[in-house]
Amino acid sequence: MSLTYHLQVVNLLAAILLLIAFAMLSQRRIVGLITLFAWQGAALATSTAIVAWSTGQHHLYYSAALTLALKVVAMPWFFFRLVRQLEVDREVETMLNIPTNMLIGIVLVIFAFNLALPISQMAGTVTRSTLGIALASVLLAFLMMIARRKAIPQVIGFLAMENGLFFAATSATYGMPLVVELGVALDVLVGVFVLGIFFFHIRETFDSLDLAHMEKLKEH
Amino acid sequence: MEIYWVIGIPFVGGALLALWGNRAHAPEVNAAFSLATFIAAAVLTARIIADGPIVTPNEWFFIDPFNVFLVTLTAFVAFTTALFSRPYMRIEAEHGRVTAPRLRLYHASYQVFIGMMLLALTTNNLGILWVSMEGATLATVLLVSLYRTPSSIEAAWKYFILCGVGIALALFGTILLYFAAEKVLGAGGTALLWTHLNGVKGELEPVVLQLAFVFLLVGYGTKVGLVPLHNWLPDAHAEGPTPISAVLSGLLLNVALYAVVRSKVLVDGALGTTLAGNLMMGFGLLSVVVAAFLLKRQTDIKRMFAYSSIEHMGLITFAFGMGGMVANFAGMLHMTMHSLTKSAIFFAVGHATQKAGTQVMDDIRGLIKTNPTIGWGLMLGAIAILGVPPFGVFASEFLIITTAMHEHPWATPFLLTALGVAFAAIFGRVQPMVFGETELPRLPHQPALAPVFIHLALVLLMGLFIPPYLADWYRQAASLLGG
Repeated sequence: MSLTYHLQVVNLLAAILLLIAFAMLSQRRIVGLITLFAWQGAALATSTAIVAWSTGQHHLYYSAALTLALKVVAMPWFFFRLVRQLEVDREVETMLNIPTNMLIGIVLVIFAFNLALPISQMAGTVTRSTLGIALASVLLAFLMMIARRKAIPQVIGFLAMENGLFFAATSATYGMPLVVELGVALDVLVGVFVLGIFFFHIRETFDSLDLAHMEKLKEH
Repeated sequence: MEIYWVIGIPFVGGALLALWGNRAHAPEVNAAFSLATFIAAAVLTARIIADGPIVTPNEWFFIDPFNVFLVTLTAFVAFTTALFSRPYMRIEAEHGRVTAPRLRLYHASYQVFIGMMLLALTTNNLGILWVSMEGATLATVLLVSLYRTPSSIEAAWKYFILCGVGIALALFGTILLYFAAEKVLGAGGTALLWTHLNGVKGELEPVVLQLAFVFLLVGYGTKVGLVPLHNWLPDAHAEGPTPISAVLSGLLLNVALYAVVRSKVLVDGALGTTLAGNLMMGFGLLSVVVAAFLLKRQTDIKRMFAYSSIEHMGLITFAFGMGGMVANFAGMLHMTMHSLTKSAIFFAVGHATQKAGTQVMDDIRGLIKTNPTIGWGLMLGAIAILGVPPFGVFASEFLIITTAMHEHPWATPFLLTALGVAFAAIFGRVQPMVFGETELPRLPHQPALAPVFIHLALVLLMGLFIPPYLADWYRQAASLLGG
């Protein structure tokens, strides 16, 4: 009985994850985007911890703690600092208008659920029904990366994609082996660090973080 | 034990060079570490040839003839590239294109990059394979933008984002693979180990593996530079320092393809169909054709050879897609030939662009007049990569095309047309650069051309005569891949 109760909480958190993915798609300001990203990380960490507790998979506690430390505290803090230092907190324009974005997003969600259906039927985990949501949030983050023209939102889209993948790993298999998860986390951390340096280079060279300036290298 | 040396040396080198990489002798230290890595790799290879495949007792590393040949190749080209980069980067520093801190970054990242590729090749864990592939990307992002010009920064950004998205898809593929494996092998560390997976590949759930392979192919395929996922590749090759273009083109693409081929072996075993092979053949053929036709439109010399890399990686992907003993053999031979030849070309191109002060092909003229060795290096390299006999590229391309004629005759006209178009495009461009008229002075420095001629000599040798033990080794590797 207690298992179904936990399951419902995990399902609720999955739904929140998807909602946040949509909210990110429609968010115009960078600061708002970072806040949403932090909340997505929090939902992910909580659901991972609940799955760990209800199934007795101890290594999931570590990944929950890692998510909490990296994606809820460290990275949002880092991004807020970057935004302050680079003074880029203006409106973010998107290439497509927001309603179109949302409609494409809905199509992607339906596609994701269809794709995940045969796999989640095979899964033996209690959380298998959330696999579709995980895939949907990966695709939505992908859409966000395509639709944004500024550097920081693109990176947040990239990290949100990683959140979705992480959620997929938890819901389909109770998480990857710990050594792999640590490796992935290390890569993400180094990646964000490298990008932090990189933002300053972009800014120095182009005097802006708008990627529209970067259209020189095209096929001739 | 050698395996720990192979992995350890570059990472230690990277750490040391991160501290002292701007010292006067850093380029020599860099080359020395690469030499040490190569020696360790050679010892490892000798042991594999003598004793057969090994798995380390903790099951972290797994070496068989297939990956050990790539380990040797990677360590060798990494070493010769370090030799080439010694004078090349000094000249760049004199021209004021790189500062001391950037040289430190360059040397440290170079070693880390090599270490990551060797880790990717030797690890037994498909998750760690993913981690090290991503690590290799991260190590080179800041190298592509080393010159901090607007176009180099743009190229690095594209490289990071496109490869990042690609590799994220590969992670999803890996998750799906783990999901299928966990049912058979049980949860925990062993379910992503190649040695275990290979043993039970017949029992893995086909539906899941099918989907996993699509994600893995698209993900790692982005890094191989398969069309239509190739957008980052010409930019990254053209804008980064030339030694980096050489190792990206000669090594990183191979390592990414290695990941695809390893996945293919599992999927073939689970599905019992040729789905994986067909997908690879499709992507491969598309890359060969599209890249060949884009070659003609290039004006930048490094971009042109980057497209040529896409073409050759497409050809290799096609060969592995066909599968079977001969095609696998030809694919591996072509991997070797392409690595050696393409890095030799980039070495020559590097000095040619330093001499002319530009990468625009119309402004590079008459190399043979002022710097005959650079000119001959570029000419012979171009002839070799275009598959003119007696160079080794001819042998491998010949094997690939004759196999295609036997098994998939429909593909032959596409391949032959593409190779013909590529020949016309590259030869037509290289000829005036080497033989045209020029007023420009000689390159005032001593160029590092020994690596160019060592590579080309090896390619020539392999074209004339493949030593029996080497052929045997390739054959062992080819039979491991089956299919």
